[in-house]
Order: sequence, then structure tokens, then C-alpha cells
Amino acid sequence: MMHTWHFSEMAYHPAWAQLNESYRVIIPSRLYDPKIGADLYHRYLDEWALCDELGINIMTNEHHATATCADSVCTIPMAILARETKKVRLLALGMPIANRENPIRVAEEYSMLDVISRGRIEMGFVKGVPFEISPANSNPADLMERFWEAHDLILKAMTSHDGPFSWEGTHFHYRSVNIWPRPYQQPHPPVWMPVGSPGSAREAASRGIVIGVLNTGWAATPGIFGAYRETAAQHGREATPHHLAYMALIGVGRTREEGWRRADQILDYSRTSGVVAPQFANPPGYVAPAMAATAIKGTATTARATRLQTRDGKPINPRTVNVEDAINAGLVFAGTPDDVWDQLKAFYDHVGGFGHLLMMGQGGHISHEDTVDNLTMFSKEVLPRMAELA
Amino acid sequence: MERIDVDGISIEALVHGAGRPLLYLHGIDHFAPQVPFLHRLGDHFRVVAPRHPGFGKTARPAWMRNVSDIAYLYLDLLDRLGLEDTILVGSSFGGWVALEMAVRANARLGGLVLIDTLGLKFGGRDDVEITDIYALPADEAVARTFADPAKAPNYATYDDAAMEEVARDREAAVLYGWRPYMHNPGLRHWLHRVKMPSLVIWGEQDRIVAPSYGAHLTQRLQNARFLPVTNAGHYPMIEQPERVATAIEAFARENAR
Repeated sequence: MMHTWHFSEMAYHPAWAQLNESYRVIIPSRLYDPKIGADLYHRYLDEWALCDELGINIMTNEHHATATCADSVCTIPMAILARETKKVRLLALGMPIANRENPIRVAEEYSMLDVISRGRIEMGFVKGVPFEISPANSNPADLMERFWEAHDLILKAMTSHDGPFSWEGTHFHYRSVNIWPRPYQQPHPPVWMPVGSPGSAREAASRGIVIGVLNTGWAATPGIFGAYRETAAQHGREATPHHLAYMALIGVGRTREEGWRRADQILDYSRTSGVVAPQFANPPGYVAPAMAATAIKGTATTARATRLQTRDGKPINPRTVNVEDAINAGLVFAGTPDDVWDQLKAFYDHVGGFGHLLMMGQGGHISHEDTVDNLTMFSKEVLPRMAELA
Repeated sequence: MERIDVDGISIEALVHGAGRPLLYLHGIDHFAPQVPFLHRLGDHFRVVAPRHPGFGKTARPAWMRNVSDIAYLYLDLLDRLGLEDTILVGSSFGGWVALEMAVRANARLGGLVLIDTLGLKFGGRDDVEITDIYALPADEAVARTFADPAKAPNYATYDDAAMEEVARDREAAVLYGWRPYMHNPGLRHWLHRVKMPSLVIWGEQDRIVAPSYGAHLTQRLQNARFLPVTNAGHYPMIEQPERVATAIEAFARENAR
């Protein structure tokens, strides 16, 4: 059975009309109206809470200093939903552990959430996009070294139950690690990380981590999933479909036009989320020198933007992409329930299967009523057919 | 470029000329455009210009992540080469390394030259003394770095290997200097230990670190003179190589043993 997860970035889209060259990092918070923001938070939480009735799991994330994502602390909506929901699972994809000063605090937050939710937490650890470096003021040159040390420390903290232990690493130093509560799930909640390349898929596969492949499309995704399966086998691990997740933007409607209109509004996520002043897109050390060199030379586009293409090889500009091209590229599944099912099934077969569909069912300008209808129609018309997948 | 082994680390270094030893410590990036200046210094000095660990083609041991580590490495380098009465010259980030050396040991040093150096914090917590170049658009970073932006390196003429070297330089500078940003909060409290003759050279149009910072540093040193250079930004040795070389030669003559 393939699992579906509803993902929203809790966008603050009312500010978008006033933004142009950057939606992130340097935009002044006077453009944020807390009264409108409060209404939006409650609305997005209502949409997630509805998922408990619809049988759709919940996915949060976090970004900083941006109008594309007002969820700056991924565990806050999870904390609210841990009590408001009773059945579905809660995934944060996730926690930027190389940018957070204190991995012990991360272990405590996830453990407490796991206990309150009675074992419904899935914990994502993310490298973070390059433009998170400046808001966190974290060193980009040793980011992944810090990421893996934090990962190892968090898991050790969650799985050690015999009193304090000492950790004197390269980046983190604690003489007495002893977290309470310990997690509800044993030995610890499942670990996820987002992955955008075969290289990082191999890193995750060697450790048995679930990968969330975010909107990489028809062309790039098979190579990423393939690298994961291959490396898992080399390490003697079984790569089940439930180690593989794919995120698509989904618009379901009673008519094809209605589904496409909803998808078009959700696509505002793709059109805005990568728009950032270029000096924040390539902090030194974030990628290997050979790749960084091309960016310095003046071909400064993000790796992601250059990678997206339709299945016949036409490059896609995320800032201007339309629904038809996005469907063709495997970024969007949209239309009637039959359309969405056919597109999902074709993508599933093309990439060799996966066990989690991360459904961006909200993104920016789509209204609450349309979002509720989108999620409800997906739940009633598409979800039942997914029993045959994975 | 040559290779010098110190403490098991293979340092890539430009070694050129003959005369009194001069150890030259380069800044964040723009190494290639400084090579003509280093050759010019070779007229009167035996110039040794190492590429810092992680920069250029010098590998960085994984444990090495502090500027003080580089300082100890170069103090060992002076011992290894047996250099005496050395003129120590540091530009920008390399000036920070030079200061970390000079407050620790001075036996092999005969004079200190700092060119638009980084490494110090004099002001309060809200004062920005060293511009955050990583938060600037590329063209504005160039405009603040060079008095004449036409003197900035033209990367269109760089091949892939040269570009990758620039990327490695930037990555390494960030590794050592990201936070606290390009300074050691305690270093200013040890400046009294620098008693040797010192020359503080500053580009008058430096808008990465203002000349007032250099003038203040000069006052905090025991035996220092401040030399502003007109029509120069953060890298006067690129924009005014002859004037900077002449000033260093004069400083060395005045302070001959």
C-alpha cells in the first residue's frame, strides 16, 4: 500500500505581489501582517487536521526568512497536530540539523512529539537549501560533516537508556547526554532525508534512511531511485518501496479544467520557492569546487533549475512552468481522478515503484475551499486505487 | 610553484628571487593576479608565498580548521627553511594569519607588513567593521573590493582548473572565517605582544574594511606606521603593485639589522 502525505509550506503569499528578485533572506518582515498570518496558520492547520479523517498522512518542513514558507519551526505544527490528530502519521522533512546549534534539543523535540502522538512521528533530517545558510549563519564549508555528526548524536541520544554518555566530537560537545523522554517507537522513529542526486541517495541507502525525492521529475528520478536500490543491495540492506518517497504537486477536480486550475495555483510554489538573490544561491563550500566554479564564472543557476526537463528533454524554467509541461515532466499530477491516477501510475512504473507519495496539495494562492476539495477528492477517488501500488 | 613539506603537510608555494627572506601570506582569493607583484618583490627579497591549507593545491588536513593552526604551521615553516630576520607580509585574510603568528613568536621575524588586514574586532556588537562579502551581489562585491573594477580578475579568461582553484580558495576562507566572521575576538587583546617594526598599508578606497580600521590597528601596535595608498581598494598589490613593492622595500631598508 502506497502511503500519501499532504505537504504544505504554510506560504505567506499575501506578500508575493510586492516581491520580485528575491522571495528569501533579505526581504523585510514589515511585509508580513501578523493578523493575516494568524488566519493563515489556523487555515493550514485545519487542512492538515482534516487529513486525519481522510487517511492522508501529514508532512511539514521549515524554511527561514522567506515568504514562501512561514513554517520556520517544523516541530511547532507537528506539536499541535500530535494532539489534534489521532490516526495519521506525522513527518517533518524536515529538521535542518547542520544548521541547528543543538542536536540534543532536536532529539528531545522529536522524542517528546513521538510520545505525545503515541508513536506516529517520522523524523526527517535535511541538509537545507543553500539560502538557509545565511539565516542560520552556519558554515557552508563543513555542512555535511556537521550534518552526519548531528545525525549520529541524535540517534545515540534517542537510543541510549542507561544514563548519561559523553560526546566530544568535532562540532558538538556534551559531557552528559541523557534525554527524557525517550521515544515511543523503538528503537527510534523512522529516519528520512530529502535527496536530489544519485550521490546523496547512495549516502542514505548505505544507512537505511528513507529518501524523500522532491519534485525531481520524469528525467532525474529513475537514476536517484536506482542508485538507492543498488547501494542498499551492496550493503546487504533491502530497499523496500517504503524506503522511497516522491513529491509531486497534485490538483484533482471534477473536471480536467478544475484539476488543472488547482494545480496551476499550487505551481506558484515552484514559481516562487527558488527565487532568491543569486549571492545566496551558491555559498562557498556548499557544493564541490568544480560545481562552484561554474557558478562563480557567471552561469549561476541552482543545480535544480538546470536539471528539470520534460520527458522529451525540453528544459523547464520553474519560475514560468505551465501545468501541461509540468505534467509532462512528472512534476504535477492533475486533472480528473482518472487523469491523476493514470499519471501517477505511469510515473510509478517509469521509476520502478515507490512507497510514499508526498502530495503538495496546497501551495500559495489556492483557496481553503479548493484545498479541502482537492484533498477530499484525492482521498475518495484516488487513494483507494493506490492499494495496488507498492 | 614548489612543494615544501612541513609537519607532514605538503604546502604549495611560490618561491622566487634572492635577498632578505620575505614570507607572503595571501588573502581570501585573487591569488593569480598577485603573482606579478610577488615576482616584482623577488627583485630584492627571497619571496616564499605559501598557499594556505585548503587553498589552491595545498590539501587541508581534516583537523585543521582554525587560523591559529595555519599560524603554527608557518612558524614551523620558518624553522624548516631556517629563515632569519624575515619580513612577514600578510594581505586581508593572510594579514590575520600574520598577526596570529606575530603575537605568538617573533624570533625569526624582522618586520611585519599588514595590507588591508582582517582578523580583528574593535567595535561593539552592532558595528559591522568587515563587510559580509557573501551577502553582496557579485558586482557590488567587486565594486567594494577594487578602486577600479576594471582591475578585478576577468573569470571569462580563466580555464576550468584556474576557476576550480578560485572556488577552493573561497571555500577554504569560509571554513576558517565564517563565524566569528573573519576575526578572532580575543586577538586585539594580544596586539601589545607585536613589538617589531610594523607597516600597515591600506587601500584608500577599500570598502571591505575601511582605512579607519587600519589606522586604529596602527595605534594599537607598539611600533607601527600607517601608509594609505590612493587609487587602491582591498588588494593594493593588485591595483598599485609598484607603490606597494617600493614601500615594502623602503620599510625593510629602514629596519635592517
